[in-house]
Amino acid sequence: MHRYNRHIILSDVGLEGQNQISNAKVLIVGAGGLGCPVLQYLAAAGIGTLGIIDFDSVEISNLQRQILFGISSIGQNKALAAKARLEDLNPTIHITAYPEALTQNNALLLFKDYDIIIDGSDNVATRYLINDAALLTKKPIIYGAIYKFEGQVAVFNYKDSANYRCLFPNPPDNMISNCSDVGVLGVLPGIIGTFQANETLKIILNLGDTLNGKLLSYNAKNNQTYTVSIPKSDYSITEAAFHANRYLVPNCDKPIKQIDFEAAVQLNSVQFIDVRETQETPKLDLEHCINIPLHQLFESHDEIDKTANKVFICQSGNRSQRAIAFLEKLGYKNCYNLAGGMQSVIKNKTYNESR
Amino acid sequence: MNLKVKYFGLIAEITNCSEETIPFSKHTVAEFLDLIFSKYPALKNKDFKVAQNMQLVNIETKISSAEIALLPPFSGG
Repeated sequence: MHRYNRHIILSDVGLEGQNQISNAKVLIVGAGGLGCPVLQYLAAAGIGTLGIIDFDSVEISNLQRQILFGISSIGQNKALAAKARLEDLNPTIHITAYPEALTQNNALLLFKDYDIIIDGSDNVATRYLINDAALLTKKPIIYGAIYKFEGQVAVFNYKDSANYRCLFPNPPDNMISNCSDVGVLGVLPGIIGTFQANETLKIILNLGDTLNGKLLSYNAKNNQTYTVSIPKSDYSITEAAFHANRYLVPNCDKPIKQIDFEAAVQLNSVQFIDVRETQETPKLDLEHCINIPLHQLFESHDEIDKTANKVFICQSGNRSQRAIAFLEKLGYKNCYNLAGGMQSVIKNKTYNESR
Repeated sequence: MNLKVKYFGLIAEITNCSEETIPFSKHTVAEFLDLIFSKYPALKNKDFKVAQNMQLVNIETKISSAEIALLPPFSGG
């Protein structure tokens, strides 16, 4: 117990509180910008059982903010890489890594094994999935979300409080979001994730005032905060409705086919679909190329040639994978991801010579 | 009365400020939104909630407080 001495000597925590922390079971959805600081502090605090679910793997552009990872983690699954790092930080706790996506098929069973669910996801669809699964399994959610220099924190579905759907009842039509390529100040998810870890510990310790049923907004540029109370709506969900719903979470059940530029131009009847924002450069200078920004894919996917071989492209190859995951759920076939995105195309000799 | 209006996230990018004072002579949140949409047409198709005095309100609510906030959903992580 020497490890937790600074907790135990706090009169609000003590040995009893530290035992409550040791007995707690917390699931973190997403080991990214928010998940990393949450995991770091909860593992250090001695949460007895930590679950980490993430299907994604570490890329070099994650290291600016995803502080559990280093050069040696690149290419590894995030849940597994985080577990390895946290076991060094605190080998006395039990950590389970789930290197898979949270889906309608696994969410309910998984949530039942934990006391508290932390939403560190990076897309709208997963946020609604977490909300509904937590309602069905009666688990509190510690919500965090970021946008550029701003963040939101809330506690939902705790002691009969409001949930995310009381705030935003339905996902927007274009519910695939553009997270991976929107900029974010690296320290911002650190701040918001640390707020989430703090709310989690307060709930476990039954301490202080939580953000239960309240949404806190934080602006890193001017340090202003704004807290709004969310009245509980009459939204409820049945297990049947949950399973019938289309959450359109990023899909990794079957791997997305990757293709390089040389192979892509050799495909018969090929259409290139650039899912970057219209102002992004360099432009893809090719025949049979259309531009549908990712967030417009929901309303504009009719422009895609269903019979062609479809090659999706963005700046680095992330958003294009999301586009494919989304379209495959709508039944699109013969979709390829241009590996490395535009950044790899501009280095390609054939591409440069053809222009 | 003069309303102090706070904007967040994408909304603040459209209004190009995080806070401003707007004179308002009508009554309801719906009427306030008409004013905001005429000032910033790009907000019309954006998803956001309106809060008054740190409480969420709906479009029929009467505006009785000088402080209003427009809160969009964030999804990044």
